[in-house]
Amino acid sequence: MTKLREQEDFVSGHRACAGCGLALGARLAMKGVEQDSIATCATGCLEVISTPYPESSWEIPWIHSLFENSASVAAGIEAALKAKGDNKTKVIAQGGDGATVDIGMRGLSGMFERGHDVTYICYDNEAYMNTGIQRSGATPLAASTTTSPPGKQSYGNENTKKDALAIAAAHGVGYVASASIAYPKDVVEKVKKASELDGPSYVQIHVPCPTGWGFKERDTIEIARLAVETALWPVYQMEDGQITNIRKIKDRKPVERYLEKQKRFKHLFKKDNGEKRIKEIQAIADRNAETFELDK
Amino acid sequence: MVERRVMEGSHAVAHAVRLCAPDVVSAYPITPQTHIVEKISQFVADGDLKSEYMRVESEFSAMSASVGSSAAGARTFTATASQGLMLMSEVLYNASGLRLPIVMSVANRAMGAPINIWNDHSDSMGVRDAGWIQLYAEDNQEALDMTIQAYKIAENQDVMLPAMVCMDGFILTHTYEPVSIPKKEEVQEFLPEFDPEVKLDPQNPVTLGTVGFPSDYMEIRHEQYQAMENARDIMPDIFKEFEEKFGRKQHSLIEEYKTEDAEIIIVSLGSIMGTIKEAVDELREDGKQVGAIKIKAFRPFPDQELRDALQNTKAVAVLDKNITLGKKGALYTEMKDTLYQAETQPQMTNYIIGLGGRDIPRQSIKNIVKQTKENLNSPQTREVRFVDLKEEK
Amino acid sequence: MVDFAGKAEPGTTKKYKTGTWRTYKPILDKEACIGCEKCWEYCPDSCKIETEYDGDIIFDTDLDYCKGCGICAEECPVEAIEMELDEK
Repeated sequence: MTKLREQEDFVSGHRACAGCGLALGARLAMKGVEQDSIATCATGCLEVISTPYPESSWEIPWIHSLFENSASVAAGIEAALKAKGDNKTKVIAQGGDGATVDIGMRGLSGMFERGHDVTYICYDNEAYMNTGIQRSGATPLAASTTTSPPGKQSYGNENTKKDALAIAAAHGVGYVASASIAYPKDVVEKVKKASELDGPSYVQIHVPCPTGWGFKERDTIEIARLAVETALWPVYQMEDGQITNIRKIKDRKPVERYLEKQKRFKHLFKKDNGEKRIKEIQAIADRNAETFELDK
Repeated sequence: MVERRVMEGSHAVAHAVRLCAPDVVSAYPITPQTHIVEKISQFVADGDLKSEYMRVESEFSAMSASVGSSAAGARTFTATASQGLMLMSEVLYNASGLRLPIVMSVANRAMGAPINIWNDHSDSMGVRDAGWIQLYAEDNQEALDMTIQAYKIAENQDVMLPAMVCMDGFILTHTYEPVSIPKKEEVQEFLPEFDPEVKLDPQNPVTLGTVGFPSDYMEIRHEQYQAMENARDIMPDIFKEFEEKFGRKQHSLIEEYKTEDAEIIIVSLGSIMGTIKEAVDELREDGKQVGAIKIKAFRPFPDQELRDALQNTKAVAVLDKNITLGKKGALYTEMKDTLYQAETQPQMTNYIIGLGGRDIPRQSIKNIVKQTKENLNSPQTREVRFVDLKEEK
Repeated sequence: MVDFAGKAEPGTTKKYKTGTWRTYKPILDKEACIGCEKCWEYCPDSCKIETEYDGDIIFDTDLDYCKGCGICAEECPVEAIEMELDEK
């Protein structure tokens, strides 16, 4: 693919913050989706910014039901299409990281396990942004959120990021991929590939949030790129359980380069023993690099 | 020729579902609903029902998948009970707000704790404000008939609301009774194919489930309120049409039983009506002026019908198989609201019966009538009475 | 009157001009633009418009929707875009 499809199925006028990574993620994902598609969307930023009654940013048929049922609603749509003999229309389910890895995990697991022909797209901005930046299961280690603040007894979030891609792969999902808005063509190609596959597929797109992470609006892409270049967000794809594509990293950057640009990690550079946490984060990146053989 | 067979209530409902031929059935097993979904799965396995059968991982997903399916323009069925209904409850409101005419059987069962698999109405009464049409069946035949009627009401263009057909767990679901099974062609004539004006369709894309700001939310809710009022208006016609088509006597939103000259009228819903009618017969033989009213539709609530039916009676005994803690039985409080607008108000007593499957013998009904009669002659001491409570005399 | 169940017609947020939110606006050096479409790819508000300048393809901004985030200026490989205070 040299040029992205011009048609915008996620149009302007949406109410996302300036520099929103999620809005770009959705716009790119829609470029990978066929015209004959139906999309579901979980409650969250994406739903709120795009469908203030009586307006909608979506050009394809779209439904929002609840926070935790995007995958189940999509599965129901897929069953309805099947019952009506429609084997052309594709079904896309969308949700943020909280809707996906936390509250919606049961429905997602069921959708995977039953083998519905649904492409699930997780827009991962690593916290509950719509409710005011609270910690989710996808929040990285040591990140400050409004429910995991640093303090005398705390270095921010105490847990490491839940690996939803591995969970998807463990279900035997045929196509599982991570992507980043820093690489638009890759996002589009992965969503396209996912939706072309018969059966469930999962794409998790890393979408930095200037408001929640605390960086300048203009730096959204730079931050997204640094997450990849430090190996904190490995970009790869799995087909039938095998890794078939990895974005290799030339001259992997130390994690400080990524962390220092964001307010959510600021405390690590100020607090006593903050460097200990930074080392732990570096160890996560090193492990990622080793697991996925990221270094070129 | 109408096929008449002896079968349990669950299977009667499964036959109704087979006849209504939903495109999608999405269900999760829970006692005492299981026989319904098992029988449907057998119909699908045998090719007698051509539905996509989704064996979902929870009731929450059963209802969520139903939302997706119905929004995509497919006729959809599900069934549940008790804890499962509660797990669905968030989605119930959503299905109604999205105006999706899903039909669901509820095999009424008590709510835990303590965990209890037997019948009462705590479950469906707990979601009476979810915006669903609620019908309550007295027997297996009615459970079958109401399932077909529910689709016709729900899918009406002026209604477009989901409907639950409530039937008492075990008492109906697991009990064998003779049932007339309508012919497929006749059901198809009665119930045309589901073809909603608004649906998820790539040929005519639409956005459903938008954010309703304070500027519009109220109007959208009002429209939904109006839809339920529309249901109230069309239901008598649908029952009548059903009666003409299938030759079975159909009452409107309520059924009156020997109420004409009745001084005391018992009001209740569900399978207990059978026992109540028998008790009324015996009391009548003893010369007592007693009648009964069955509530067929709890949502929409039959306000005017009840005012008309109760205008000449002295006392009303309302039998609730549920209790709202801190208040009274759900049916009773609704009845009081209804009768506040009546020209004359009969004396009313609320009897809480049969919680968690406690048996209600005919004698208990007779005792209730006796108590109600006594209340007429003396100042009412207690408005709510738990019937046959071990501690209570 | 409201629409059935609060439904909305597709693509209708276009009625809402998010350009009013802007503090800074992108100024394109049309001579410098190489038409690489990077800014178009990265715009979260789909407000980069392919147009022609002096026989070449360039990408300018639809100010109706541009929120002034500056991603385009940041990502432009030839630094053809500058953010300027938008004095409206």
